[in-house]
Amino acid sequence: MNVSSTGASRLLIRHARLLDPASGLDAVGDLFVEGSVIAAAGGDLSARARGAETIPAEGLCLAPGLVDMRVQLREPGAEHMESVESGGQAAAAGGVTTMVALPNTDPPVDDVSVVEFLARRAREVKLAKIHTYAAATKGLGGRRLAEMGLLAANGALGFTDGVKAVADALVMRRVLAYARSFDLLVLQHPEEPSLAGAGEANEGEIATRLGLPAITPAAEIIMIERDLRLVEITGARYHAAHLSTGAGIEAIRGAKARGLPVTCDTAPPYFALDETAIGDYRTFAKLSPPLRSEKDRRAVIEGLRDGTIDAIASDHAPWDQDSKRLPFSSAAYGIVGLETLLALSLELYHSRHLSLLELIARLTWNPARILRLPVGRLTPGAPADLVLFDPEQPWKICTDEFRSKSKNAPFDGRTVRGRVKRTIVDGRTIFRLQA
Amino acid sequence: MTCYSSHSLAARRRANYSTAPMQGDACDIAFRRRHLLGIDGLSSAEIEEFLDLAAGYVELNRQAEKKRSLLRGRTIINCFFENSTRTRTSFEVAGKRLGADVINMAVAVSSMVKGETLIDTATTLNAMHPDVLVVRHPESGAVQLLSEKVDCAVINGGDGSHEHPTQALLDALTIRRRKGRLSELIVAICGDVLHSRVARSNIALLNIMGARVRVVAPRTLLPAEIERLGVEVFHDMANGLADVDIVMMLRLQSERMHGSFVPSTREYFHFFGLDYDKLRAAKPDALIMHPGPMNRGVEIGSEIADDIDRSLIRHQVEMGVAVRMACLEILARDLGNGPALA
Repeated sequence: MNVSSTGASRLLIRHARLLDPASGLDAVGDLFVEGSVIAAAGGDLSARARGAETIPAEGLCLAPGLVDMRVQLREPGAEHMESVESGGQAAAAGGVTTMVALPNTDPPVDDVSVVEFLARRAREVKLAKIHTYAAATKGLGGRRLAEMGLLAANGALGFTDGVKAVADALVMRRVLAYARSFDLLVLQHPEEPSLAGAGEANEGEIATRLGLPAITPAAEIIMIERDLRLVEITGARYHAAHLSTGAGIEAIRGAKARGLPVTCDTAPPYFALDETAIGDYRTFAKLSPPLRSEKDRRAVIEGLRDGTIDAIASDHAPWDQDSKRLPFSSAAYGIVGLETLLALSLELYHSRHLSLLELIARLTWNPARILRLPVGRLTPGAPADLVLFDPEQPWKICTDEFRSKSKNAPFDGRTVRGRVKRTIVDGRTIFRLQA
Repeated sequence: MTCYSSHSLAARRRANYSTAPMQGDACDIAFRRRHLLGIDGLSSAEIEEFLDLAAGYVELNRQAEKKRSLLRGRTIINCFFENSTRTRTSFEVAGKRLGADVINMAVAVSSMVKGETLIDTATTLNAMHPDVLVVRHPESGAVQLLSEKVDCAVINGGDGSHEHPTQALLDALTIRRRKGRLSELIVAICGDVLHSRVARSNIALLNIMGARVRVVAPRTLLPAEIERLGVEVFHDMANGLADVDIVMMLRLQSERMHGSFVPSTREYFHFFGLDYDKLRAAKPDALIMHPGPMNRGVEIGSEIADDIDRSLIRHQVEMGVAVRMACLEILARDLGNGPALA
């Protein structure tokens, strides 16, 4: 196990390239941690931090720990695929210090007791900080409102039916209207289910050649456009998850220009891969929404570049072999992503689409603001949730080495640049890369 | 837009009108309409007239000898297309105390089932020469439609989510007796405003009388642009009840509880149910009202509902009979063939 719990109460990280999107800071300097909070950031802090444990960080970047706003942890209900413990280990190795779990567990997070259960498990495990969304509708059934007020009062960060869209427009309107009463965030899996049907792959030549039932990219824009109309009449805070199409991104761009309280994210596969990755029925590249065309992939990058897409989330979806080693149509949707989130995102930096600071903003400060969490920044007084990484170091992704219980990722063997060296939560080191 | 027919023969009918026994002086007649279909559109003088007359009946109703013969020979039909116990009984008691013959028709189980249209029912009833029809109907606007097809006076006993004028009048009388006035009071109407005819009638009446009206509810229970009706909108009880004089709770209908408007009774009570904790925001002498029937533990806590110092709920029922007597008297005085001799 790579985790060392140094538990230092005073920690000085020296000569790191400090990246703080909240303040725009991008300069070499020291960062001083006292207890669980950042005491100071920038400049030479050696005098002030006399006697503190010192971490030399020449040539490394120090950023706020990543805030991953979309993961599935499978606990409770499917701990053989992932658990709070194994997911926490994977997060630590990926530089993720805060993650938000989807409510599609068994039982689902539609009751205060499940929110409290997850909070207790996170406290016991003491790795990355774990929050949860709660179901927008009872049992993720799409009909009856969940107890959104009570769930939020007990810590649910937002409301979503997880990997399913709230399909019924009237139910969605009431979800948004009710959420607005309490100023809550509603997150949508933006795909019109009646149009997606039993589709498995993006509609187009590849699905046609493979003989797979297809999902039109229009399924995304149709759901987003509908939701945006409902946001207009309710005024609720709305977040569209894992955008994958140029049309969907354009709709969000327009909504933001109109001043609607709308945000969105995407996940690395949607800018790192296109539909050709499913190749010869590779189920590890089977996602929901499906990998799209090359044109859509470029649109995702453009959306990230111009700020239409606020955040990058891992969309971590652990599945065991039994769920993935199947004929394409029978295989489960999704890939694991916690441990590759930073490295795959850094491809956007190495390809010069985004500056390092812009990229880090989409992984930390932006999602923290959407979630209204007091993390994702290097401000003195903020929790000392930090990731120390080498942005240049090349390494080869090896899914067998994942700490996650599940290994389902199409990136096995891919060479990437950018390696997490150390992950710190509340001043405690929860991960350190072995030399 | 609701239309109120004020009849053309008012002058002659007024000539036929003999002085109301309970009120010494009735020279200043304000209400000259044939029907009482709603509060919206009434003047403050008209409302005062109902309240003043009803105030006298409150005293009568507390005496051993309650019977009057003002409406002797008159026929009142309670025509309820929707279940009701308290409103129907209240009208029945009011009519009988004034000496009228009162017939209760539960239409839901008779002609509606046989497929008769509302207008057919109206025509049939009209042929029986009633003097007053009290009508409740589940559809908004149905009472007005029926009123256009009959020769007698019609009192709206509640139509859909539209109006329930006698409830607003009895609420106003209840408040006036305790607070001495309606103007300048701050009244918060809390809960299921979306489906509530009581809320709409009360909003209209309180605005006409110069009170300040608020509504407090989750957005799923508020109709669009409710603020255009002259209310301040709140989505939480702490702010909505701050400094109010009167808290009016509305019934959350159980058939809508589990479903898409609000998640559960538990959550609803937690955020929007009235208890002493939430009431603390209101003025120290704030009073509680509820049109009934109450869902204890849903929109109102049991303790507070039964608090004789704060709750006016039982007073409201008492005022209901007096107000309905006043309504019957006022509508009967303008009937074509004149009132029976007192």
